[in-house]
Amino acid sequence: MNLSTLLPGLVLMSSFIPGLAIFFVPEERQRLRTALNMAGATLKLVLVAVLVWGVYHQETFRTELPLLPGMDLVLHADALSVLFVTLSSILWFLTTLYAVAYLEHSPQPRSRFFGFFSLCVTATIGIAMAGNLITFLIFYEALTLSTYPLVTHRGTAESMRAGAIYLVYTLVGGAILMVGVAWLAVLAGSVEFVEGGSLGLLSQTAVSELRVIFVLLVGGLGVKAALVPVHGWLPAAMVAPAPVSALLHAVAVVKAGAFGIVRVIYDVYGIGPAREMGVLDPLAWLAAATIIYGSLRALRQDELKKRLAYSTVSQVSYIALGCAVGGPVATLGGIVHLVHQGLMKITLFFCAGNIAETLGLHRISELKGVGRRMPLTMAAFTLGALGMIGVPPLAGFVSKWHLGSGGLATGQGWVVLVLAVSSLLNAAYFLPILHTAWFKTPEVSPEDGLARRWREAHWMLLLPPLVTALLAVLAGFLANAPFSPLGWSQLIVFREYRH
Amino acid sequence: MMVGDPLAWALWTILVPFAFALLVFLFPRCASHGAMAAAVGIGACSIAAVLGVLRHGPGRMAVGGWAVPLGIEIHLDGLSALMLATTALVGTVSTIYAVGYLAHAPLDGGDSAAPGSGRDHRALFMAVWLVLWGSLNALFLSSDLFNVYVTLELIGISSVVLISMAGAAQALTAAVRYLLVGLVGSLCYLAGIGLLYAAYGTLDFGLLSRASLAGHLPPMALALMTSGLLLKTALFPFHFWLPTAHGNAPAPVSAILSALVVKAPYYLLLRLWIDVLGGQITPESARLLGFLGTAAILWGAVQALLADRVKRLVAYSTVSQLGYLFLVFPLALEKSGGYFAWNGVAYFMLSHACAKASMFLAAGTLLLAAESDRIDHLDGISQCIPLPMFAFSIAAASLIGLPPSGGFMAKWLLLKSALIGGQWVTVVVILLGGLLTVAYFFRVFSRSFMSKPMIAACLSLPKGMHWSPLVLSLIALCLGLFASQILSLLQVGSPWTEGAPAWRRG
Repeated sequence: MNLSTLLPGLVLMSSFIPGLAIFFVPEERQRLRTALNMAGATLKLVLVAVLVWGVYHQETFRTELPLLPGMDLVLHADALSVLFVTLSSILWFLTTLYAVAYLEHSPQPRSRFFGFFSLCVTATIGIAMAGNLITFLIFYEALTLSTYPLVTHRGTAESMRAGAIYLVYTLVGGAILMVGVAWLAVLAGSVEFVEGGSLGLLSQTAVSELRVIFVLLVGGLGVKAALVPVHGWLPAAMVAPAPVSALLHAVAVVKAGAFGIVRVIYDVYGIGPAREMGVLDPLAWLAAATIIYGSLRALRQDELKKRLAYSTVSQVSYIALGCAVGGPVATLGGIVHLVHQGLMKITLFFCAGNIAETLGLHRISELKGVGRRMPLTMAAFTLGALGMIGVPPLAGFVSKWHLGSGGLATGQGWVVLVLAVSSLLNAAYFLPILHTAWFKTPEVSPEDGLARRWREAHWMLLLPPLVTALLAVLAGFLANAPFSPLGWSQLIVFREYRH
Repeated sequence: MMVGDPLAWALWTILVPFAFALLVFLFPRCASHGAMAAAVGIGACSIAAVLGVLRHGPGRMAVGGWAVPLGIEIHLDGLSALMLATTALVGTVSTIYAVGYLAHAPLDGGDSAAPGSGRDHRALFMAVWLVLWGSLNALFLSSDLFNVYVTLELIGISSVVLISMAGAAQALTAAVRYLLVGLVGSLCYLAGIGLLYAAYGTLDFGLLSRASLAGHLPPMALALMTSGLLLKTALFPFHFWLPTAHGNAPAPVSAILSALVVKAPYYLLLRLWIDVLGGQITPESARLLGFLGTAAILWGAVQALLADRVKRLVAYSTVSQLGYLFLVFPLALEKSGGYFAWNGVAYFMLSHACAKASMFLAAGTLLLAAESDRIDHLDGISQCIPLPMFAFSIAAASLIGLPPSGGFMAKWLLLKSALIGGQWVTVVVILLGGLLTVAYFFRVFSRSFMSKPMIAACLSLPKGMHWSPLVLSLIALCLGLFASQILSLLQVGSPWTEGAPAWRRG
């Protein structure tokens, strides 16, 4: 027992144990609950920092637990998992801060909420560090289980309905994924995640089975990654409280699906064999269709959170697109977007939550003059929105640049076209929001004479979006620094394509 | 000495409950304490038996030194040790629950006003329950078809008494129906063993499995015994008696019936079909059982979707989940992969026992706290009894088969077996059953977690009634993480060596 065999387990436990403890905290002990939350989040950040340093220096971290004969529960840390773990733990820290301010005064049971909140992060960390397919599946389903109570937290008829839709989609997806995983286990035994693919000779002998299994796996994962036509749960789930939406859209659920697709393509099938099987092109087309479709739907929404939700449908598919197009550069664009989209989208959802919580506004048409009343919130929102559109040198631009040039490098010029159309559409649905908020004057009604006054959100609601907006800007400006998301993704891609 | 002879410890798991049943009957004042002491004793003996069998392997022992064919032998292997442990776990928690339940819900209707009668009923309840517990353990340890018959009768009669103690008219009807069904089942079974005894002069498991059975008689005997056991284990279409019986019995009794009692005849079927009389199975008969299992999964789920009360819904869920257990028979006939199915159903019995007992206990708390378990009256109930409803949802997650629950591991093993055998229909059925399970349990928690409380008053109940369902459901949830230990226990003396049961290799 030393650090290298314990650390992945410890990272997992740093949110699991506080999560369990929080369930037993009486409702009125707010300080104790917050202390547990923040202590867990801080400890996780420290542990993850150690992990990042170790993985950068080629150390291996691996925690194993026997599960079935010949099949272990494996948590390991390679470059890809560290990327996702770091993203999750930084965003968890900020979202916890935000959620405390957002929900601690609500009437619903808060211990239950924060308990499941921690379990949800635990499941995400487990997905990130899963060392084989069965471990991944276990945490993937645990994520469904722990997010359902968060989605339905408000307990209204509408949120219960959204919860039902969420369950139907994710559980059917989970069942399909399980068949794929079990089938692959029958063919190949315990399927480890290995850089460069782990199927070996099987990818030449059992091509037709592997094709079907690929469809099952990606079909199951695509539900959470919100690929069209199985994206329907995501817009419905936006009835959840703002911090939950933020986490769902930026790290937890949709990212779990996208991350799973990356794992399946690169660390199970291997990019070369997958290309030879001809399963990547259909996935790329599907991702492209999702990108366009999500943007088109987003255009028509007047409700701010719903527009953001359709925007997520569109943006998350960049990841699948980059991986399916293949080639080092496009892959780089896809993987780095995992981080960039997370930072930008969480900023947008935090801001939407602030506007709803402080001013009670939910529709875009109501946002007139909000920029003057909540300038800091709207500044963060603007940075996030411009990043999504891909204005250089913000984070979104870095992703799109690599995706586009990667497409050209592999001779798939249509990718550039898709990106261009998508960027135009992004501009078409984000710029009106900015215009309404900054440049339109609010209509002053007699009973609402204060509508022009400065009314910024509580500092705990304001700090997280400012920090994530800053991170998104830095990720773009300092893209070439060694520990930037792009720098780290280069390390991942280098290790994937070395084989 | 401590884990010296697992068989001695196993024998104590039969003797302790019977002895305490007598004590409790004679001294009704200390019924609760006596039952708790018995539970602790049986639990300790069961753990010792499990540890012993892991270390020393399977074994047989002649009780009192009288050897077969004259005496009674008990037989202990991994599967029976697992059943003992499951029974001890569910039994102990149910006993703790029952102590609180009996203090709050005077059984047998109106005459609780009479001084002392409540206590007498409590003593009777505990005594009969201990007899049932002892008989279950005896069944799991029997190595002789006639001893099995005796234990089956004891199980049936004590179950009838326990059901009828709810006192309501529906419960009495259910009890009588259960009694009649049990009798018919027993008669079929008895006829079957009569045929075997007439032809071969022995009913011992070991001797029968080694005897060269030929001709029409053994299949006929197996068919008779099987139909009797199917009736008792409530496989579709013989499930008609189960929802009324399990849905109207007192809560701890429902838990015991659904978690343990229906598993007893199934355990025997598994022994007979895969082990003792395995050579008599034809592919058609195995497929028939598999087909009935499939039908049970679907039909039970549809009825659960239509049920109007929580306990009835949970009872139909049992009908549906029992279907999974019968998928093993066609899978066991496949050239490879049957081993996984066998492990899978054993795992399934364990996790279903924990999850289903937890659900019935939670439903019992619900029924007492809200005075109704109608599903359309459930809105906001989890604010009144948060722990039991939380337990209910976790148990549901286990039955659905979400990881890391025991249900997930069981379904994983079954799925693997079906995939190896290329039985695609079974693959679809396994998954569809899980999704239907989501659908019917969702009816409960979509209402219970609503934030508007509709129940004006909420009865306060003993702590044990809040915690005991949670304990069982958490165990069910974590069972998937101990698969390697449980599977290595099952390996001890298992009929499957080198991937095939003994009769297939011979």
